[in-house]
Amino acid sequence: MTTLNEELPLARKKRLSHNRYAYFLVLPALAPVLILSVVPLLNGIYLGFTDARAGLNQTTHFTGIENYTELLSNDLFWASFKIGLIWAFSVTILQFLAALGLALLLNLNLRLQWLTRTLALVPWAMPPVIVGIMWQLVYHPDAGLVNEALYRVGMGDLATNWLGDFSTALPAVIVVGVWAGMPQTTVVLLAGLQGVPAELNEAAAVDGASTWRRFWSITLPQLRPVIVAITSLDFIWNFNSFGLVYVLTTGGPGGKTMLPMLFAYEEAFKFGHFGTAAAMGNVMVLIIVVLLFFYLRRRMREVNA
Amino acid sequence: MNRSKPLTRALQYLALLGYIAFLAFPLLWMLSTSFKTPQEVVELHPSLIPREPTLDNYTSAFEQQHLARAAWNSLQVSVGSAVLTVVIALPAAYALARVRSRINTLATAWILLSQLFPFILLVIPLFIILKGASLTNSLFGLILVYVTWSLPFALWMLQGFVRGIPRELEEAAAMDGASRFQTLWRIVAPLLAPGVVAVTLFAFISSWNEFFFALVLLKRPELATLPLELAKFVGIEGIARLGPLAAGSLMATVPSLIFFAFLQRRLTSGGLAGAVKG
Repeated sequence: MTTLNEELPLARKKRLSHNRYAYFLVLPALAPVLILSVVPLLNGIYLGFTDARAGLNQTTHFTGIENYTELLSNDLFWASFKIGLIWAFSVTILQFLAALGLALLLNLNLRLQWLTRTLALVPWAMPPVIVGIMWQLVYHPDAGLVNEALYRVGMGDLATNWLGDFSTALPAVIVVGVWAGMPQTTVVLLAGLQGVPAELNEAAAVDGASTWRRFWSITLPQLRPVIVAITSLDFIWNFNSFGLVYVLTTGGPGGKTMLPMLFAYEEAFKFGHFGTAAAMGNVMVLIIVVLLFFYLRRRMREVNA
Repeated sequence: MNRSKPLTRALQYLALLGYIAFLAFPLLWMLSTSFKTPQEVVELHPSLIPREPTLDNYTSAFEQQHLARAAWNSLQVSVGSAVLTVVIALPAAYALARVRSRINTLATAWILLSQLFPFILLVIPLFIILKGASLTNSLFGLILVYVTWSLPFALWMLQGFVRGIPRELEEAAAMDGASRFQTLWRIVAPLLAPGVVAVTLFAFISSWNEFFFALVLLKRPELATLPLELAKFVGIEGIARLGPLAAGSLMATVPSLIFFAFLQRRLTSGGLAGAVKG
């Protein structure tokens, strides 16, 4: 930036007009983002502190923390949050472990890799709604793949209505979440693995370090920044996800898969309680921020230690 | 790594096969269902390979389920938002890449920050605003929302492509007496073409796949986009009509598959490493 101060007045003047020209080009991009996402988002946060309702002739009043005290005593809301956290944690962790395994395999020079690489991308290419439909076919109680596979291997007694049964619905939905989100995580981890200097591994191998040892002491620490970034993002995406579970179960059976986003959606657009729904959104943001804060702080300490 | 023991190698292949099975079977099942006759779909012990493969599901998906209409709506919305996104983002990205500006940092911060907020916070005020402007139940309103949502990322991606073009090239052209417009059209545009294609496809696919905003903003059935129509199909008559449902779903996935085939090299060869590390 020091060079800027040393510039001749003429050059500075030219730069200024250059900047004005730039702002003119940037404005068409800035305006819609401001009007249709920044402003609504701020407004949405504010609505969480009001009694806003759907409908034309409704007046909205500021109610402070009333929505939140009401939410505190709302059992359904708590149940939904618990489900949301179980979902987000299980999917993120399982997704990470599965993706790490796959990325490590893809980083070796095995045959059939083209097939796995392609297949690993397909779930990513599929719209969440279609993924939901596809797994409905897989879990179908009569015509589904899972029950038929169990029957073929002689465990037909285990066959059940996976998405309709109280005890299996959430785990079944979590498996779909892992399936759908694995590609992104795999691709990012694979990119990270390819960034680990080969010399490090070779040197360690020469020194007689076992594969396992090299993985723990070289690959994993080198991969840490990528791991922290992708697991944080995955967690946010999973906690806020909607389409997949909406299509799979619509929150059923009996609310066993009612993720917070589904709950807030129903609150807003089925019952018209805009204020309450926005308040739920605020609580979701708060929870994510707090969790991320602790997670990232711990990782930072590990790096500094 | 090449000196692995045979046992290790065998285990590695076993694990790889496990992954292939997990990733592929749901797809194969949908593919197989889409070729089954209505009788075979509901049979108690279904097989992976259809006994009498038929294309009826594909034709009936189009004829009976308003899927053709929904596909047409989706196409309009996706093309509209992709074109609009690029037209708005391209000059802005060029300006931002060539002039140091705080907007850059803001755009990146916004991309990251916006991930944090659940859509419910955005969609309620958006619904109120668009309703006030009579833009709910309108494909144009939906296009506006999609453009807004794709813009920050498109801006960020395009900037990267512009930075990849050495400034010296433009200066050299100017030195040779080319006008500003000529420089942009003859020198910058051709070099930028792959980036523009990638961003257009990105905007197209995000709109084509999007579900939540469409669900909230479009209530008239004749406006439904493809994901909406397919989701409705599950709820009402999905159980009885698995075949056409599978066929329709597969057809709806084709555009995204083309996109990913196009990007595959970059994605799996570690081309994303730079993007991830910023």
